[in-house]
Amino acid sequence: MEHLALVLSQPWPWYVSGPVIGSLVPLLIFIGSKSFGVSQSFEHICAITQPKQVNVEFFNYDWKKYSWSILFILGIGVGGFAAEYIFPAPNRINLSNEALRTFASWGLNSLEGLYPPELYSLNLKNVAVLLIGGILVGFGTRYASGCTSGHAITGLATMQLKSLSAAIGLFCGGLVAAHFITPYLV
Amino acid sequence: MKQIFYLLAGVVFGFALIKSEAASWYRIIEMFHFQSFQMYGVLLTAVITAFVGVELVKRITVEKFIQEPVIAITKKAEGKIRFPVGGIIFGAGWGIVGLCPGPIFALVGSGSIGALVVLFGALHGTWLYGLVHSRLPH
Repeated sequence: MEHLALVLSQPWPWYVSGPVIGSLVPLLIFIGSKSFGVSQSFEHICAITQPKQVNVEFFNYDWKKYSWSILFILGIGVGGFAAEYIFPAPNRINLSNEALRTFASWGLNSLEGLYPPELYSLNLKNVAVLLIGGILVGFGTRYASGCTSGHAITGLATMQLKSLSAAIGLFCGGLVAAHFITPYLV
Repeated sequence: MKQIFYLLAGVVFGFALIKSEAASWYRIIEMFHFQSFQMYGVLLTAVITAFVGVELVKRITVEKFIQEPVIAITKKAEGKIRFPVGGIIFGAGWGIVGLCPGPIFALVGSGSIGALVVLFGALHGTWLYGLVHSRLPH
């Protein structure tokens, strides 16, 4: 048992975590013809929480038909909780030397945990950056009708060309941001 | 019964997102700077596993008489321009906050207030899309 807990706590190399994540695509299809993807849940949450006074037509549908998606994201949250509190990582992330140099040149030095306090601790600048970044993620994924899981994994694995163009787009957007915007925000 | 499975699939996914470090800002920025193989390896092996798995599922669910699978593979939404343009917008957000939608929920579950702010933004971005979608080219 202790050995298992130790294995679960360690970071999983790509050849373990990739296949675990990828296997969910056929499993969800097999169980209920569901398409593995996360960002559709944003729409359902809006459909659930939209106040009557706002009433944007787009969100007036019976979200209960998509309750699987809500259960799925609740599960993701539980998995995140377990990974953080029950099987916490023993060491800091094993970043490449090149990345360490890049982050040092940006003035990031703690490198503890999964994200830098310089961007994720709550102050006015950070909240503004996280909100705007979040808005881009929400708007972009719904415009593209999918995110990394829906397009770059499910879409590519089922050979849908639309997903290839979305995947190329999201990679280009990320490249530009990570090189020319993010360095000035941390 | 199926409902429990969807929840469990989410738990596995959320756990794997943290342990693969795909939910780490550091890893995502490192990926976009081509400084490590970890994230590319995760995506690549996920796609290959999914592809092989879907082909297997198609074969084992073929009904004896109609020769067609009884499962359905959802087709992506209609449109053309929406995919690259929406992708670029989403990618820009991803390259800043270092979180795509799956990791947002995983980190919220792990108690990150910053990720909660990102989720709050993402829901408003979604709402904004719902508001203007009829005026956008798709």
